[in-house]
Amino acid sequence: MTTPVLSVRDLVVEIPTRRGVLRPVDQVSYDIHAGEILGVVGESGAGKSMTGNAVIGLLDRPARIVSGEVLLSGEPVHALKGERLRKLRGKKMGMIFQDPLTSLNPLLTIGEQLTETILEHLDVTQSEARERAIAALDEVGIPAARQRIGSYPHEFSGGMRQRVVIALALCAEPDLVIADEPTTALDVSVQAQIVALLKRLCREKGVAVMLVTHDMGVIAEAADRVAVMYAGRLAELGPVREVITNARHPYTAGLMASTPVASQGHRRLRQIPGAMPRLDNLPSGCAFHPRCDRAEPRCREEPGPSLEACDGRAACWFPLTEKTEVSA
Amino acid sequence: MLAYIIRRVAQSVLVLLVTGFVAFSMFSFVGDPIDNMLGQERTQADVERLRTQLGLDQPFPVQYYKFLEQAVQGNFGLSYRQGRPVSEILVERLPATLELAAVSGLLALAGGIGFGIFTAIRRRGPSASTIMTLSLIGVSLPTFLIGILLIYLFSVELGWLPSFGRGQVVDLGWWSTGFLTESGLKALILPAITLGLYQMTLIMRLVRTEMLEVLRMDYIRFARARGIREKSINFRHALKNTLVPVITITGLQLGSIIAFAIITETVFQWPGVGLLFINAIQFVDIPVMAAYLMMISVMFVGINLIVDMLYFAIDPRLRVDRTAGGH
Amino acid sequence: MSELQTEIETKAKTSPGRLARAWDSDLAYSFRNNPVAMVSAFVVSLLILAAIFAPLIAPHDPFNPATLNLMNGFTPPGQANQFTQEYFLLGTDDQGRDVFSTILYGMRISLFVGFAAVMLALVIGVLLGLLAGYLGGWVETIIMRIADIQLTFPAILVAMLIFGIAKGITPPEYRDQMAIWVLILAIGLSDWVQFARVVRGATLVEKNREYVQAARLIGRSPFSIMVRHILPNVLNPVLVIATISLALAIIAEATLSFLGVGAPPTKPSLGTLIRIGQEFMFSGEWWILFFPAVTLLALALSINLLGDWLRDALNPKLR
Repeated sequence: MTTPVLSVRDLVVEIPTRRGVLRPVDQVSYDIHAGEILGVVGESGAGKSMTGNAVIGLLDRPARIVSGEVLLSGEPVHALKGERLRKLRGKKMGMIFQDPLTSLNPLLTIGEQLTETILEHLDVTQSEARERAIAALDEVGIPAARQRIGSYPHEFSGGMRQRVVIALALCAEPDLVIADEPTTALDVSVQAQIVALLKRLCREKGVAVMLVTHDMGVIAEAADRVAVMYAGRLAELGPVREVITNARHPYTAGLMASTPVASQGHRRLRQIPGAMPRLDNLPSGCAFHPRCDRAEPRCREEPGPSLEACDGRAACWFPLTEKTEVSA
Repeated sequence: MLAYIIRRVAQSVLVLLVTGFVAFSMFSFVGDPIDNMLGQERTQADVERLRTQLGLDQPFPVQYYKFLEQAVQGNFGLSYRQGRPVSEILVERLPATLELAAVSGLLALAGGIGFGIFTAIRRRGPSASTIMTLSLIGVSLPTFLIGILLIYLFSVELGWLPSFGRGQVVDLGWWSTGFLTESGLKALILPAITLGLYQMTLIMRLVRTEMLEVLRMDYIRFARARGIREKSINFRHALKNTLVPVITITGLQLGSIIAFAIITETVFQWPGVGLLFINAIQFVDIPVMAAYLMMISVMFVGINLIVDMLYFAIDPRLRVDRTAGGH
Repeated sequence: MSELQTEIETKAKTSPGRLARAWDSDLAYSFRNNPVAMVSAFVVSLLILAAIFAPLIAPHDPFNPATLNLMNGFTPPGQANQFTQEYFLLGTDDQGRDVFSTILYGMRISLFVGFAAVMLALVIGVLLGLLAGYLGGWVETIIMRIADIQLTFPAILVAMLIFGIAKGITPPEYRDQMAIWVLILAIGLSDWVQFARVVRGATLVEKNREYVQAARLIGRSPFSIMVRHILPNVLNPVLVIATISLALAIIAEATLSFLGVGAPPTKPSLGTLIRIGQEFMFSGEWWILFFPAVTLLALALSINLLGDWLRDALNPKLR
């Protein structure tokens, strides 16, 4: 088997606060291969974005990686600092942010921002960089890229700006792209285009994509595999079709039941009772047990098992086994 | 863009009209000009004649209009105290203040922006926190105390620099400059530092705050995520965005240097318009006060206009429309 | 870590009263962990108490001519006077007044003018800010336009101008008596804009919140909505501005008095004392200038440090 582009092993991120130490990311492990999209899904505060930031080394103080490792094409990068980390960013791994309105520098033209990035990482001349910048814009579907390269970000619409952001993240040809809620701030009609664009670029360029979102629809549309996070831990990890049609973790099942699916007609949506606990107030045992209708005493007493307890799929003592009817 | 400029100019004219009104009201309500001009021995006929002569018998708006007409021509009447035309006195005193303000302004701007960037980038470094602590002392230290401190150190104790006056000046036409003689330059050092230091700390703290704010923005994170060098992030991405808000307030700060010159000029007995103004207040010399007010508002309004024009040069969003941004 | 654990545990066991909750609040926590804030708070309280109880603390009444002895003039600090053998902690000035006592009384005037001016600015600013934000329309246009125009000029200049005009209006024989009140008026009027701008901004935001809309729908009067719903939301930024304004007002008062357009020599503030002391700087009687200057600096600096801490601790969006 080939080495995965990104391999996260038992990653733990902690934030020390005066009320105690929080663990927004707790013992998370997964791989992403070239040309593959891994969807990371969960409610806000589940630790999905924090995982992405940890991988690219952009954790805000005082959050920090305390254990586990991040391997980029087999090379450990979690301990890198300063110049060595900077040279990897953009060149080996890129990142796409949520809000295209705020991720572009308003005072520099998009051409300036693109060529700067290209010149930083690739050994090309100024004019070659410009040509590459135009090609990158072309590739993400900016019409008349040659004319628009001198434009400022505010002269583009939201969807177009997100395309520019994607071009920027990909212009130095990284192996891995972390897309942090890339469609959340966009109009629904534009969302599908951006997802399709990401998917196409991933396939054509063989980039590994980590797609962080809270939107199951986006996951179903784009991802090959999906990682479901709950309260900092991985709840379930598996191929997207299987997870959607045959969830093993009760939380995933609940998540699916609360997502509208057009093909199922006027099915009544179900809510998961309660809310995800705050990190400073986690319940004992499995963090999901207060909301779980399958909870047994064991779930209250022991922390949830690792994924291995259930064929590497779900971190649950009592996983759903068969195709259980959850929509009842 | 043209509409915007026209609007700004209209606003400036409004500011001038309002300050003109304040100045005019001072003439009309603070003390009686007739009392001031005629002595004790006067007849009712004298009073009436002077009233007509000064136009005081006319309705209020007409008087205001006449005042503005005179003001535009630089005519503010005679100083109650010196008996000379106010405009003449002002022109005589202006070069001293402008030279002092220019030197301190440059000092404040260069030091303020430089230290501001430094303390924002090296936020957690020991030298940056030392500068920040010193700057807080600088903000708490009233200008006049800085002046006294400098005089004590460099004039009284060390005897290196003069403690008052402008030194020897050279006349270039109506403009008298202290830049061309050694004693003139020496005399300038302490007042310029006194006047510039406070503004410098303010500008520095402002630049630092703005820069820290900008460094937290998404586009800076995104630039970091693309592996852009720190140097480029700080000076290309962050600095330009920092300058947009900094320019307005800095512009106003530079304007207030002319006002704060009043304090410095008093401490150092610097023969500028500020010292003139403070003496005018002490002796309730209304024409001088009014003229100073008008002169300084013209300067401020001018500075504000220049600041607005600078915005266009820096922020491309403004060249299209003015609806975006603002807080 | 273990300390934290015990802290959390003890908190769970005891049900804390109001005071304990206040002690445990984030603000109090950040205060307890900030030595600079604690020292500044201590210095400020000490100086304020000293000013309030000046008549009890001061060894002499510097403004009662009967107790003054010109022979005591220019006594250096910490030494006995060579003629009268009297001892003065911080020395005496040219007229034999005890510098320590004049500072205590001077601080009284500085603090009184500072507090009163900030209160005036606060009341005017909050009121106009609320009106502008809540009513909008031409009321807002007029108020904010005046604010803009005033902001064009530095506060100290506006204060000087107001002082000058007021001085022109008051008859000469009342000028000294009125000086303190004129100062308060001048500084207060020059400083309301900051309050008005922040309050207006916050009001604009709060006005459109659901709970304010709801209060409007059930027919609460605009006044009660402003006082009960909007005002509490602007208290934090107003508190920060008031603290920083207090330092600025004290400095402004000192500056005006130093320039001779403030507190008169018969009722000297710290600024007046420094003005008087400056004359003796060249002849070597440094203490007449030095001690009032240090007091003023300590007062302004510790208030500024407190304001700085408060701004960070409450973290409102302030410039």
